[in-house]
Amino acid sequence: MAVTMADFRTSEKSWWCPGCGDFGVLAALQKALVELGIEPEKVAVVSGIGCSGKIGNYINSYNLHTVHGRALAAAQGLKLANRELTVIAAGGDGDGFAIGMGHYMHALRRNVDITYIVMDNMIYGLTKGQTSPTSEHGFQTKSTPAGNVERTVNQLQLAIASGCGFVANGFSANQKQLVEIIKRAIQHPGFALVNTYSPCVTFNKQNTFDFFKQHLTNLDEDPTYDRHDRFAAMKKLMETEELVTGIVYEDPNSVRYEDRVAGYPAEGIVNRDWSVDPAVWQKLVDQYK
Amino acid sequence: MLKEVCWQIGGEQGSGLDSTAEVFNTVASRAGYYVYAYKTFASRIKGGHTDFTTRISVERVLAPAAGVNLLVVLDQESINLCARNVYPGAIVLADEAFDPQLPEGLDAKLLTMPFNKMALALGNTLMKNNIVLGASAAFLGLPLEHFKKYAVRRWGNKGEDFVALIHTAMEQGYNHVVENWPDLRLELAQPDGQERLLMTGNDAAALGALAGGCRLMFSYPITPASEIAENLVKAFPKVGGIAVQMEDELGSIVACVGAGFGGARAMTATSGPGISLMQEAIGLASMTETPVVVVNTQRGGPSTGMPTKQEQSDLLAMAYGGHGDGPRIVLAPGSVEELIPLTAEAFNLADNYHCPVLIASDLALALFQQTVEPDAADLANLPKIDRGPIADPEQLAALGRDIFERYSKQVNENGVSARSLPGMKNGQFLATGAEHGPMGKVTENPANRVYMMNRRLRRITKVNTEAVRYFGSPNADLVLLAFGTTLGAAKEAQPIIEQMTGKKVGVLQIRLIYPVPTAEIARYVGDGKALVVESNATGQFAFMLKGTGYDASKVASLLRYDGNLFTVKDIVDGARAVLAGEAQYLVTGGGQGVRPTDDPTIALAAKEA
Repeated sequence: MAVTMADFRTSEKSWWCPGCGDFGVLAALQKALVELGIEPEKVAVVSGIGCSGKIGNYINSYNLHTVHGRALAAAQGLKLANRELTVIAAGGDGDGFAIGMGHYMHALRRNVDITYIVMDNMIYGLTKGQTSPTSEHGFQTKSTPAGNVERTVNQLQLAIASGCGFVANGFSANQKQLVEIIKRAIQHPGFALVNTYSPCVTFNKQNTFDFFKQHLTNLDEDPTYDRHDRFAAMKKLMETEELVTGIVYEDPNSVRYEDRVAGYPAEGIVNRDWSVDPAVWQKLVDQYK
Repeated sequence: MLKEVCWQIGGEQGSGLDSTAEVFNTVASRAGYYVYAYKTFASRIKGGHTDFTTRISVERVLAPAAGVNLLVVLDQESINLCARNVYPGAIVLADEAFDPQLPEGLDAKLLTMPFNKMALALGNTLMKNNIVLGASAAFLGLPLEHFKKYAVRRWGNKGEDFVALIHTAMEQGYNHVVENWPDLRLELAQPDGQERLLMTGNDAAALGALAGGCRLMFSYPITPASEIAENLVKAFPKVGGIAVQMEDELGSIVACVGAGFGGARAMTATSGPGISLMQEAIGLASMTETPVVVVNTQRGGPSTGMPTKQEQSDLLAMAYGGHGDGPRIVLAPGSVEELIPLTAEAFNLADNYHCPVLIASDLALALFQQTVEPDAADLANLPKIDRGPIADPEQLAALGRDIFERYSKQVNENGVSARSLPGMKNGQFLATGAEHGPMGKVTENPANRVYMMNRRLRRITKVNTEAVRYFGSPNADLVLLAFGTTLGAAKEAQPIIEQMTGKKVGVLQIRLIYPVPTAEIARYVGDGKALVVESNATGQFAFMLKGTGYDASKVASLLRYDGNLFTVKDIVDGARAVLAGEAQYLVTGGGQGVRPTDDPTIALAAKEA
């Protein structure tokens, strides 16, 4: 029986504000999973803290809601424990690029086969409106009443610079494109970044749905754009100040971390017999004779 | 003929002494002796003093010796630092190159040998260490053949010429002693000829993890834990596992939680500073009821503290650290040997109690080599993998969706309900660090909160493992409570205290640090007094014990926190003071104990066959 949208829904009433961009991201993720025909029990969503972290409440899959900034570490641990699962890490811009920045950089380098969906609203929503690492320079918030004096994290450029093999940016109001991006990201062998502009309708009065509609460059509308060209990708991101949508960069030769480690089993570790072969054990012990 | 001998070598860090001592220990072990080895080292790679001490005996030994019989020194600084620890009449063998001087009044024989010159003549200054080994073998009556055989095994891949050079160096060292001092011998009694194992606690923890089904290791390098991961990196390809060097300790433990949620057995290993960083995720594992195993090789704290020195001061952090009330289990192996089964068991406990399990190792246990009886490493004797309550996939599939309650009110006797693993149909749930209801959905309902908190806390009151082990006289006047490295010295001190005081003394090994096994402790201490022997400044275990309501007037503390190991003498002195009415006894330290001759009682430890 084919998987349907209903299979991925839960009865949980949403805690997100009406009109929140995160609804669009959730729907796109559910739709992508349906279109790929992945069964809900084979999906694990690992989230961090904040509005975005609540996503696990609303998707019928295995869900691990972790602590602030650590979703990527948990998602990698889970994937390495059972590579037969589709593992989605989800979080916000604060979760991923402030407290979680250390894990972000190293997840990019490591290339474990997970998909990282960031719901980027350029503000801290759940703590009621402080500046975030992706907030614009000069942006006034409760924590920057005189305007944000810090520079913005360029998370897409960081990803490419760090060797990430799949870098995309979506917009939660462009469902069709976002679904296609997420599908492709899940299929990508290795770490896939799907940043999505997901406006906060309550606290961010600057980077609104209208703002993104006016400022985003859709790469899908440019037939000359070559998403396999790393230099072109960097150039495009600099030119647009990362206000793009579509797949920015895709490495057709990406090799998963799992496939680069000697002896890592082809099937999920969790499904294997864990008893040690007595001959192997004896060899291990004999080194201490 | 001596029942035991203590050999010590001192020199400059980075000059190859580490492998010299390792060769010495391995050869002594292969010759059939019991070995207990320890070292002092600093947090730097080259330069500065280092010394290695090995106690070799025909009987099992698990503590530092009271004194040194043969001290080999390669610089004057080593004499200054080590000579005060020698037994009366001991041999101090020094390189003549630096014109060695013994401290005034020291009762020892200073012999000089041209180590450096002999090595130069062989065309390789590194051969100095092999000359030392040959000379030591001659003094102790260890067959040189054992050393030569080991050199082939260890350096055979470097070519015949190199091995031949090593053999020549060893022979020259041996012959020099035989020719120059034919009458000076510290000859050891013959061992029983049994083949045993020699390993560190970090070797043992890695073996235990492998036997316990651990197939994922996420960690960040730190002294003195790094070797556990290094061992597993080598072993995992043989059993289908993966060891990942993470970006930090936070990532390490969170990855373990992810893997544990997925149903696999994952571990991390760290030391105090890492435990501090991991607290948030230890809480997450408690709250989400996810199995996770952490080995903590404790070292001097707080903060960076003393990275290369012994301490057992993370007990409170391991048992209570982090915010909120997060249940966990803390185990404490009392020897390298015990680390193998206890590490394997930790995974069974985590899977059966659905909470974090921490293994309280310590620097000395982690890094110093000890003899291990082969039985302890026999796969057939180790705990069998017991995965705890897991939902039946077929029953789940028949259940229908949105029905499985991961945090169900239907719990087993441990207070734990079956978990589903990702991949099982209809087992989907939300594991969250936020307070949640039976299906994992977030709720702040007060009644649910109380139910869930009780549910999580109840399990640790049921922990079923061998919490204590008792040694010595029953109904004792004084019971020494010891764990980790300290246990060996306490066990050795026990008969000496009895002999000196005429009182009955027992040793209670604490294998389960938390939850504190108060009932068992009360049963063994009875009407006597408990003396908690621990390497920290505030008496953390005594504090925990008293915190459970145990009669504080029955608890005394013996504390050492200068970075060095408890010696038998420390414990004898402390026990005598407590029997005389002291409530607390501090070992003020200043090196590896006081000169043995300062106290006639310590002669008890200098046994002759």
